[in-house]
Amino acid sequence: MAKIVGGLTSSHIPSVGNAYARKLFQDPYWKPFFDAYPKIHTWLGEKKPDVAVILYNDHGLNFFLDKMPTFAIGAAFEYNNQDEGWGIPVVGTFKGHPELSWHIINSIQAENFDLTTCQEMAVDHGFAVPAQLFWGNPDENQMRFIPICINTVQHPIPTPARCYAFGQALGRALASYKGDEKIVVVGTGGLSHQLDGERAGFINKKFDLYCMDKIVHEPEELAKMTTHDLVLEAGAQGAEFILWLAMRGALEGQGTVTKVMENYHIPISNTGAGSMVLELT
Amino acid sequence: MSTEAIEVEIPGTVMFDGNQAMKGYALNKMCYSFNGAAAREAFRADEEAYMTSFGLNEQQKQAIRHRNVLELIAAGGNIYYLAKFAGIFGLSVQDVGAQQTGMTVDEFKAMLVKQGE
Repeated sequence: MAKIVGGLTSSHIPSVGNAYARKLFQDPYWKPFFDAYPKIHTWLGEKKPDVAVILYNDHGLNFFLDKMPTFAIGAAFEYNNQDEGWGIPVVGTFKGHPELSWHIINSIQAENFDLTTCQEMAVDHGFAVPAQLFWGNPDENQMRFIPICINTVQHPIPTPARCYAFGQALGRALASYKGDEKIVVVGTGGLSHQLDGERAGFINKKFDLYCMDKIVHEPEELAKMTTHDLVLEAGAQGAEFILWLAMRGALEGQGTVTKVMENYHIPISNTGAGSMVLELT
Repeated sequence: MSTEAIEVEIPGTVMFDGNQAMKGYALNKMCYSFNGAAAREAFRADEEAYMTSFGLNEQQKQAIRHRNVLELIAAGGNIYYLAKFAGIFGLSVQDVGAQQTGMTVDEFKAMLVKQGE
C-alpha cells in the first residue's frame, strides 16, 4: 500500500521564483528564508517520497472568474508552468500521476466531496515555487506531482473546517492506494499578508506563530475559525492558510505527527513567510 | 443589483465576493488576458481600443488611465488580476502597497520590516 511520509508547508510568494532563478540564497534579504530549505532537503533525502500532492491556489493562470471551482484536482500526465504576466521565470513541465489522481477522485467523491477534474491544468507560482524549493526545477528530479487547487480568489471560499475535512478525506484516499508510492502532502501559501486596499502590508506575526504552533497537535482548534476570522487575523490573502489546514487534515488519523523543523521570517515580499516539516510515523 | 453582504466589514479591506465579481467582470477579464505577451503588447499599442474591446465601463477605464489601484478595486478589480496589469509597468507588490497606503515605497518596505520585530 502507498505510504504518506509526512507533510510540508511553504509560502509560495512569486518573488521567490525570481530569487531562486538568480540564486540569491546567501543574499542578506533572502538568506533567512532560503536557510530553511537545506534542512527540509535532508529530511526529504531520508524519507525519499516519490509523489507530492500539492495543495495550492491558482492566482489567475489556469482559472478565471468565468468558471471558479472550489476544489479542483489535476488528473493529467503532465502540468505546464506558464507566463503569468509579470515576469517570473517559466520553470517548465511537471510530471503527473494520473492513476493516483483518479484513485483520489473516486475515493474523495465517495465521501461526498465534489471535485472538478482537470486533464489539462496549467500550474502557477502557487504550485511551482514550493515544488522548486523542495525538489529543484522539474527537469532536475523524478518526482511525480498531483496539483489540488482550492479557491481563495473569490468569496465565498471554503471554510477552514471544510478544508480540514477535505484533507482528512484526501489522507484516507492516499493511504488506501494499492501502490508502493511514498507520498508527501504539501500545503502552500501564506502566512499572513494583504496585497489590496488601505490595509495592504498587514502582517500578523503573533497569529502566524499561533497557527504554526497549533497546526502540529491541535489543528481542530484552527479549523474552528470562520473565513472572516482568518481574513481579519491573517489578511485578505493570508486566508491561503486553509491550504495548510487541508495538508494537516491529510495526516490526521494516519499515524503520529511530529514536527521536524519550522522556519518563520518577516518580510519576504509583503508576507510573513513560513515553512514546516511534519513527519508521519 | 447586489447579493447580501457575507460578513461585517474589515477596515481597509474589500472582500472580493459576488458583488465585486459582478461589478468587475470586464475589468478582471481584461487583466486576466495580460497573462499573454501578445495581449500585453496590444494594450500598450492602444490602451483605449483594448479597454473598449473588453467592454470596460467609464469608471473602470478611468481607474486604468489613472493607474490607481484603490480606484481599480472600487471598480470591481480583484488584486490577483490587477497584479498582471501592474506587471506591465514593472510594478511590484511593494509599489502597489505603497500607492494604496499613501506611503513612499521605502516607507512601505520599512513598515513591512517593522512588523517582524
